[in-house]
Amino acid sequence: MIGKNLDGEDQRIDRGSGVRKYSLTFLAGLVFVLIVGLSWTGSLSSYAQLVIMFIGVNIIMSASLNLVNGYMGEFSCGHAGFMAIGAYTTSLVTVWFFTKGSVFGPNLMPPEWSVWLFPFILLTGGVAAALVGLMVAIPSFRTRGDYLAIITLAANYIVKSAIENIQTIGGARGFMGMSRVVNEMKNVADLPWMMIWTWISVFITLLLIKRFVSSTYGKGIIAIREDEIAAEIMGVNTRRAKMVAFMLSSGLAGVAGGLFAHILGYINPGSFTIMKSTEALVMVYLGGMGSLSGSVLSAVLFTLMLEVLRPLQVIKWVVVPLILFLLMMFRTEGLLGQRELTDVFPRLKRILGFREETRAAL
Amino acid sequence: MPLFEIRGLTHFFGGLKAVSDFNLDLQGGELIGLIGPNGAGKTTIFNLVCGVYRPSDGEIRIQGRNAVGLFPHRVTAMGIARTFQNIRLWPEMTVLDNIRVAHNYHLGYGLLSVLLQTSRYRTAEAGIDRTAREILEIMGLTEYSRELARNLPYGLQRKVEIARALTVRPKLLLLDEPSAGMNLGEKQALIELIRWIRKEFNLTIWLIEHEMRVVMNLCEHIHVLDFGATIARGTPEEIQRNPRVVEAYLGKEED
Repeated sequence: MIGKNLDGEDQRIDRGSGVRKYSLTFLAGLVFVLIVGLSWTGSLSSYAQLVIMFIGVNIIMSASLNLVNGYMGEFSCGHAGFMAIGAYTTSLVTVWFFTKGSVFGPNLMPPEWSVWLFPFILLTGGVAAALVGLMVAIPSFRTRGDYLAIITLAANYIVKSAIENIQTIGGARGFMGMSRVVNEMKNVADLPWMMIWTWISVFITLLLIKRFVSSTYGKGIIAIREDEIAAEIMGVNTRRAKMVAFMLSSGLAGVAGGLFAHILGYINPGSFTIMKSTEALVMVYLGGMGSLSGSVLSAVLFTLMLEVLRPLQVIKWVVVPLILFLLMMFRTEGLLGQRELTDVFPRLKRILGFREETRAAL
Repeated sequence: MPLFEIRGLTHFFGGLKAVSDFNLDLQGGELIGLIGPNGAGKTTIFNLVCGVYRPSDGEIRIQGRNAVGLFPHRVTAMGIARTFQNIRLWPEMTVLDNIRVAHNYHLGYGLLSVLLQTSRYRTAEAGIDRTAREILEIMGLTEYSRELARNLPYGLQRKVEIARALTVRPKLLLLDEPSAGMNLGEKQALIELIRWIRKEFNLTIWLIEHEMRVVMNLCEHIHVLDFGATIARGTPEEIQRNPRVVEAYLGKEED
């Protein structure tokens, strides 16, 4: 990406791959069109569609948590708290703006506008979650790293209990009304809107994280993982870098929450417990810390696995920890470790038209 | 104005006086040494200078500006870089990335520029890439630029660490036992390297060293530390003849 003209060797690799340079984007686009197309024609059952959308949400969750737990090497375990902030913020905005209701009164804008304003609604969820992330980050990174685990855990509980006790937004009963707006989108144009927004968000999330960790700025957080004191002494403003990475991570979790809320059309605080946070953690460690493609892979596998195990009901929560246990015993580094898929299968690199430097971008 | 001053630097670890009343004046261009038995407080002084610890008492000034109580990355930005006694590269990063990250003290862009890949970001990154490759070229490390730091042999890791320190364009370079763990040939090469970077980068160098051959060969001026206190200072010849230094290293002769 950067400096490809400064190194003779890179130029040689670049030549001839000009067409293939964008093939990963192209491939992603193809999958996107396929999923949306199949959902649109009704070839996919609504259950299958739901699972596919949850896969998307989980990819955002695991990739964003990987930024903190994998790339930065800190331990955050309250990711669902930020998801809840995003879910409730976006839901409130949607319902307030686009529906008539007892709480907020008449709608401020015609419901049809929701189609085009939805990305901005997601953004408000992201910003709100990032701000809460900042509030968590300020006390956490003032002290040693271990405190982050405790503070994020506490934050998760605080968020959940706070929502449970605010009756205007439904309290423990939950909050609904989003499905009316989502249905309104379908009236404007009959498309599987949530599927579209989910996978666009997934693409943007992965792009942003990739860009961040490939920059000199973002590599600073990998240096923090590798040796924090050396990072600080060699000029990395470690405290700010940690806060920025943490805010980015929690903001993306907020976006995931916004999608989650609008996919289901109904949310309650019970969806954002420590259990949800644990799911995100499992996905990060299953995929490999500091591996973006690992996070994607594990989110897909894990979501499907949970669906397969659904008939087991509560026993599911015996099987899942067992899997994690076995993973920790026999493959501590996760499926991909710190490597990307292209490092495990070097041929992919040629097929996808990656340049040699990708290992360094890890 | 002197490049670097330390006045009455004192530091306690609990009740232990690790450094007491240390003074130093550097006009710029010197190559001086800091020696002393194990536990004399040499590395502590470096850590105090870099801002890892905040001194209990005393002043540190870089070109007249106060450097006490600043975060280490701020001190680095003021023109001080260092290497470590036990090599502290970022092992799972490539050599090139190790050098790149050392540019963080003056990035010139923020998070938003990264995420949107603005032209400002691209220019800055291209500049970082260029200078990083230049440094590697100058230090003869180009062929290793894509190796993970942990895969390099010890001597090369030292060299990369020095290259990384040079990346922050220091005025004063602190070397903490650069010859530790090296064999005779490597030590000789190191002496040459230090002489050469000093000229090439117009550096002031302050080094901690156990290996007398290296110290006596390189340094124009030496401070000797024992139990945190300066027991001698002077040219290598003076230090070698100083009875207190001999005593500190070999113990007092019993009669």
